[in-house]
Amino acid sequence: MSVQNLNTFDPFADEGDPLASNADVGSQQNYIHVRIQQRNGRKTLTTLQGLPKEYDAKKLLKAFKKACHSERERLAWHEFACNGTLVEDEEAGQVIQLQGDQRLKISNFLVEEGIPRTTIKIHGF
Amino acid sequence: MASEEPLFDSSLKKRKKKQVAFSEDPLGADADPTMPAPAIIDNHTTDGDAVDMGPTTMHEQMKQNGTTEEGEGEPIEKKEEEEDFKGMFGDIKKKKKKKDIPMDLPEDNLGVSAPAPAATGDMDFSDLKKKKKSSKKKATLDMEAFEKELNDAKVKDVEDEEGGEDALAEIDEAELGDDPFVRTESAITLDSGTEPWLGSDRDYMYPELLQRFYAQLHASNPALLNVAGKRYTISPPQIMRDGNKKTVFANVSDICRRMHRQPEHVIQYMFAELGTTGSVDGSARLVIRGRFQQKQIEQVLRRYIAEYVTCKTCKSPDTLLTKENRIFFMSCESCGSRRSVNTIKTGFQAQVGKRSKNKTG
Repeated sequence: MSVQNLNTFDPFADEGDPLASNADVGSQQNYIHVRIQQRNGRKTLTTLQGLPKEYDAKKLLKAFKKACHSERERLAWHEFACNGTLVEDEEAGQVIQLQGDQRLKISNFLVEEGIPRTTIKIHGF
Repeated sequence: MASEEPLFDSSLKKRKKKQVAFSEDPLGADADPTMPAPAIIDNHTTDGDAVDMGPTTMHEQMKQNGTTEEGEGEPIEKKEEEEDFKGMFGDIKKKKKKKDIPMDLPEDNLGVSAPAPAATGDMDFSDLKKKKKSSKKKATLDMEAFEKELNDAKVKDVEDEEGGEDALAEIDEAELGDDPFVRTESAITLDSGTEPWLGSDRDYMYPELLQRFYAQLHASNPALLNVAGKRYTISPPQIMRDGNKKTVFANVSDICRRMHRQPEHVIQYMFAELGTTGSVDGSARLVIRGRFQQKQIEQVLRRYIAEYVTCKTCKSPDTLLTKENRIFFMSCESCGSRRSVNTIKTGFQAQVGKRSKNKTG
């Protein structure tokens, strides 16, 4: 007991499984997921999941649908030319659904709006 | 001088091919034989043994290569530079094309050794140095390309998706530049049996003979050049259509074996990525719902390899995936690093098709 320091905290103590309590291990929560789903024929569906809270999904959807008015002339690819909807999912929360394959356009749009590209994850083929 | 013309021809052809970049896959020629016998791999997947990519397998490779790609000399190195994830899947069509060209070389080598470019007497020393340098360079370049690819993976992912073909092609060209071409030309001249002493009366010298030895050795055993940068190849996925709405992925099990991964894991990942479902049929083929093309499946597999197969630390593909209380860990066999990998999550699945068919919806 002469060395008091060691009593308080043993740095080499076995903590058990450090990850056990954390349910989010290896989770992809911080990512914005852009996925694609095949519908019948050549049709596809694009879903956007995991949008950060500070963005209003509804407004974003509107922006997607309308394309960027101010920049329409300059950036033609901003026009998504699609319809879309907002879906509530118990797991994923709010999910934006767009018709057609809009993955590239979405990611370009989001990057232009200042979301770092590394947080956007594009899935699918 | 008869051998000079085919020489230049081949190099010219090469160059043209280079510029096509991505659409032709460099690896084609030896996509299949590089991996050793499947029995060995099976062992590794089950118990935790190291996958030995070292010299022991080299001999096997040499044997295999001897039959399939005999006499591919320097050109194979060139291909290696491009080798990375892009080049991982050999294109079957290109395979045949590729094979024609290198065949010229050994003939030049062993047959009439007409003093082509480097005919003068004193070239040999510099040539020797060049030779060694170039091979080293290739190895490093190989690694560089590989690392670059990994680093850019995220950025590329975005481009890969749609118009990605063009972007990739551009990147490929940028990577290759004209530098590889220069190097390969020198390599070819080295290879082509232009012994400097043939033109003159003098005796040959030791370094010259040494160089000759190495040139021939490498010409007949292209596998030896791979020692530094081990190449990771996987046969291209065989995709067939099953009726109108289903796609059959025939060689899943083979590919999984080469990646040393459980088919279940790979399949789970593919379904999650493709946002679809499917099943494995009696002959171990994967039936995927939806229409998919080979390049799309390839894309997904590449991403799988980048995420779950290659070691993030040393880029080596010799990794093992083990599960420990719900979490997958990837441990590297070559550098010993261990890290957890992302769990495969399907994410949000939109309602597709009729609601009445879907029980949950």
